[in-house]
Amino acid sequence: MSRRRSSSAFQAKDSASLFAALGDETRLRMVLRLGGREPMSIARLTEGSKITRQAITKHLRIMEQAGLVRGHWHGRERLWQLEPSRFKDASHYLDLISRQWDEALGRLRKFVED
Amino acid sequence: MSTDRIEKKILLKAPLARVWRAISDSQEFGTWFGMKLEGPFTPGATMRGVIVPTKVNAEVAAAQKQFEGKKIEITIERMEPERLISFRWHPHAVEPGVDYSREPTTLIVFALEQTPDGVMLTVTESGFDQIPLARRAQAFQANDQGWGMVVKLVGDYLVQAP
Repeated sequence: MSRRRSSSAFQAKDSASLFAALGDETRLRMVLRLGGREPMSIARLTEGSKITRQAITKHLRIMEQAGLVRGHWHGRERLWQLEPSRFKDASHYLDLISRQWDEALGRLRKFVED
Repeated sequence: MSTDRIEKKILLKAPLARVWRAISDSQEFGTWFGMKLEGPFTPGATMRGVIVPTKVNAEVAAAQKQFEGKKIEITIERMEPERLISFRWHPHAVEPGVDYSREPTTLIVFALEQTPDGVMLTVTESGFDQIPLARRAQAFQANDQGWGMVVKLVGDYLVQAP
């Protein structure tokens, strides 16, 4: 599959789908559960939560479409894992920290110039 | 764009000694940054503190309120008077119930340079590539203005896109 991103419009839509995929408490929790661990089956992802397998499957599909997770078949079940490049691509984490620095340095300016 | 490093530059119209005090005196640092630190900055020392709303900006103070009391740990690396201070911390370590102590830290460097127009402060924070994916994902919900801000940013991107 080609993942070339040539136009900024495409990137922007791409960002929007990423935000939409993560803008949900359940899906964010799933990302956190999948983060930094081995691939997980739907059964394991469902463990200890009140959410049904069907719901988890639906969430996974949305996340897969946004390129956040990928699944591969292992015997009869699919194992899911995060798509690390998606998070490396996504500069939002740095944007957040960057914005916090902008604010902090604005406060420093006020502090030393006043 | 580097995924590992952030760099900021700001020109401060204040005497070098004044700027140095604001970044090297832990109490002054805490006043503008929005944290309460125990003890002075000393190279090699790990110091603990808590987030307190900044006294400099009421709007920011309100946004920081949700993180009030969160523990912060800073390890000072280098101090060169009126030139440089560097330290390590866990970036955005505000998630309740998470022990960040075993995770990698980022390195923050404040460097000062006297120029004819004032003091040029360069702040760099590096080491983000070592921060676990899950922490980076959390940042999606972590920004202090909440989702409204994020949605607005996406909207801005869309408007700007040709």
